[in-house]
Amino acid sequence: MSFIQNFPLFTIVLSLFSGVLCTMLKGKTARKYTVCYECVLIALVSCVLFYTIETGQSFTYVMGEFPAPWGNEIRAGVLEALFGLIFLIVMLCSVLGGARFIDLDLDESKVNLYYTLINLMTAAMMAILWTNDIFTGYVFLEILTLTSCGVLIVRELGRTTLAAIRYMIMNLLGSGLFLLGVVLLYDITGNLLMLPMQKNIAELCSTPGNMTSVAMALGILTIGLSIKSGLFPFHFWMPDTYSYATPTSGAVLSSLVSKCYIFLLIKVYFRVIGIGVFEQMPLKAILLVLGMGGIVLGSVSALKAEHINRMIAFSSAAQIGYIYMGIGLGGTAGYTAALFHILAHSVTKSLLFLTTPRLAEASGDSLLFKNLQGSGLRDPSTGFFFGAAGFSMIGIPIFAGFSSKLLFAAAAVDSGRDWKLILVMVVLAASSVLNALYFIRTLIRIFSESADKRRTTVKHGVLYKISMSTLIAVNLALGLFSWVFTDLIEKGLGMFG
Amino acid sequence: MKKDKRFQAWLYGESDVMDNILELDETSDETREQQKREIRHIRREIRHSRAARSVVRAEQKGFYYLYNVVAVVSCIFLIGVLLFAVSNLPRFGEENPRTTEMVGRYVEHGVEETGAVNIVAGLILDYRAFDTLGESHVLFTALICVTILLRLDRKNTRKGFEDYYAIRGERFHDISKEAIMRNVAAVLVPCIFLFGIYVLLNGQNGPGGGFSGGAVIGAGMIIFSAAFGFDLSDRVFTKRLTAWVTFGALTFYSMAKGYVFFTGANHLENHIPKGTPGAILSGGLILPLDIAVGLVVAFTMFGFYSLFMRGSVGERGDSR
Repeated sequence: MSFIQNFPLFTIVLSLFSGVLCTMLKGKTARKYTVCYECVLIALVSCVLFYTIETGQSFTYVMGEFPAPWGNEIRAGVLEALFGLIFLIVMLCSVLGGARFIDLDLDESKVNLYYTLINLMTAAMMAILWTNDIFTGYVFLEILTLTSCGVLIVRELGRTTLAAIRYMIMNLLGSGLFLLGVVLLYDITGNLLMLPMQKNIAELCSTPGNMTSVAMALGILTIGLSIKSGLFPFHFWMPDTYSYATPTSGAVLSSLVSKCYIFLLIKVYFRVIGIGVFEQMPLKAILLVLGMGGIVLGSVSALKAEHINRMIAFSSAAQIGYIYMGIGLGGTAGYTAALFHILAHSVTKSLLFLTTPRLAEASGDSLLFKNLQGSGLRDPSTGFFFGAAGFSMIGIPIFAGFSSKLLFAAAAVDSGRDWKLILVMVVLAASSVLNALYFIRTLIRIFSESADKRRTTVKHGVLYKISMSTLIAVNLALGLFSWVFTDLIEKGLGMFG
Repeated sequence: MKKDKRFQAWLYGESDVMDNILELDETSDETREQQKREIRHIRREIRHSRAARSVVRAEQKGFYYLYNVVAVVSCIFLIGVLLFAVSNLPRFGEENPRTTEMVGRYVEHGVEETGAVNIVAGLILDYRAFDTLGESHVLFTALICVTILLRLDRKNTRKGFEDYYAIRGERFHDISKEAIMRNVAAVLVPCIFLFGIYVLLNGQNGPGGGFSGGAVIGAGMIIFSAAFGFDLSDRVFTKRLTAWVTFGALTFYSMAKGYVFFTGANHLENHIPKGTPGAILSGGLILPLDIAVGLVVAFTMFGFYSLFMRGSVGERGDSR
């Protein structure tokens, strides 16, 4: 057994320990420590990624002395490692890019607690990525839920507290439904580890009539996770949650936390239910329709928003719709497109949420469109970063957004020539136009001349510029070398099944 | 002698024995009037705000009627779905090799493999220790969130807190000044602590363990501080103690379990003795982990109480 196989365990335990340690540190030290240890995590996860690519197969790691069906397990494959790597990079860049606002928005005595929450969130993310046991997934889902409420309320404004209460109610409902689904599945299969569950479910579903209980458990579980990730009928908590939080929180919540829930859902489909059984269920069509509804309605709401952060938040609802549409299309192409879009969107959305407060800062601390006129000229570097992210959202070639739209179209063609193809194509075209409408409108506004010609007085730190450039670099890499990533995702999905 | 004088003073109406015990509302009528005026003003503002008007409009259109109907219907539908799902499940106690395989193995080999007579403790702290590691961090996260929400600071001030109660016309009744509370607590608290420690240490041999024992100890701490006031409890449970205990317990937990996971997966020898099942020192790591979990639970519960009551944990004790 290679020593690298221990690294997934190290990432989880190290993150948990770091979370607890940060309560004992002062705010500034806590930030430095967090940045350093996130770098260590990135190194560890990239080792795992290269190891799994090299060996060409995934590995399981027993958590304790008891082997597979009795004890607990984690598992690492190409897909988990790739997602871990990109998520950690986004996390690190969000912390670095929003560090100044963390100091501004938070009370000094609570800064270290913020980093505690960030580290615990990282631990939960890593555990959800690596887990091979559905109940472990639930436990760390709880940590993710609580920490995401914590990073919201930490700003201590009326609006964030209100948004956090709403977010918490919706999220707890989602967790409860997920737990119900897990309990039902456990009762049917008598196991919590994913592989034995899959074996038992496959056995059950081979006789007709037994499918109903599995389908119901899966339905409840899917509703729970789609509430948590903000699929279309449940997306109304998104704008308040994302727009008033401190920038780092907004970036992390929109680009990482909601994606973790979707990753867990895909993991459940592949590893617990078995993709063969899932493909027979009507759930897929429902997800497809809801995803498309989310795309259209999210984009329309974004067009109507008066406030730049609300616009971005509504566009998040649309992007979540894309991901679910990919899952609904099914087939390797559909899942690959959905997973690729998770990466593309998390890299882009965090960049948007981290730049808008700087644009607002150059416009008298206002996020309203009418006050943002010319802010990109007053603060050119931020304007450049925002523009790059906006281009990616619209889907201009060489950016990640373009590649993911192309993948969705290809997946739709792959899925067969029926009503799905026409609908998906129409929705894709419509949403691209809508996306272009609201982003180009915003770009024109922030880059057009205004009466106020003063330059921003705020000097941006080097770390902010480096982290934003890193995000853009990852975005470009996803766009230019999309075939590398889709290859990796397909390889990872192969290891999944 | 002194008592006699107090009695006389009371008899002639010069003093009141209930002084400092029964609190009188000292707000003058003027400030009271002013407060009422302010509340009226705020209410009027709320009534005329845009959001309120849109609520009224929605009400007129019958939106809330529809909302209630839809809510009730969807709840009934969900109940129906869940009942149907439950009716499809395997029956309780049914001999089903699929669902009884795991349980049978735990019951048959649990004691021998974990060294704990209490199979539940063996299950949560040995077979599935990773989940419990997460679970104790869930509690810790909850404590951090409540601390962020309630601990007093520049934005979250005591003034806002007291204003709220002044406007509501409520005042704190400090329970710790009551003789009944104090005397009963003096008898009860040691017993509760003793029972909590027993439950905590006996987790591997009988019903109990970290979570339940910690909850009992936490309840004891809350009663102690409710009866004798925060002045006394702050001297014992200081801010620093709370921080160090949670830090130490969770770090120990992570490190110990990290060691077990590492040795287990790498097939290295585990140097922690299992002990004879039934003895107090048995079950390998279960007892120390129970203690760690118990400490986290107890201090989390006490932290919640303290934060909700006054917005800090042991702050005064620390400044001394």
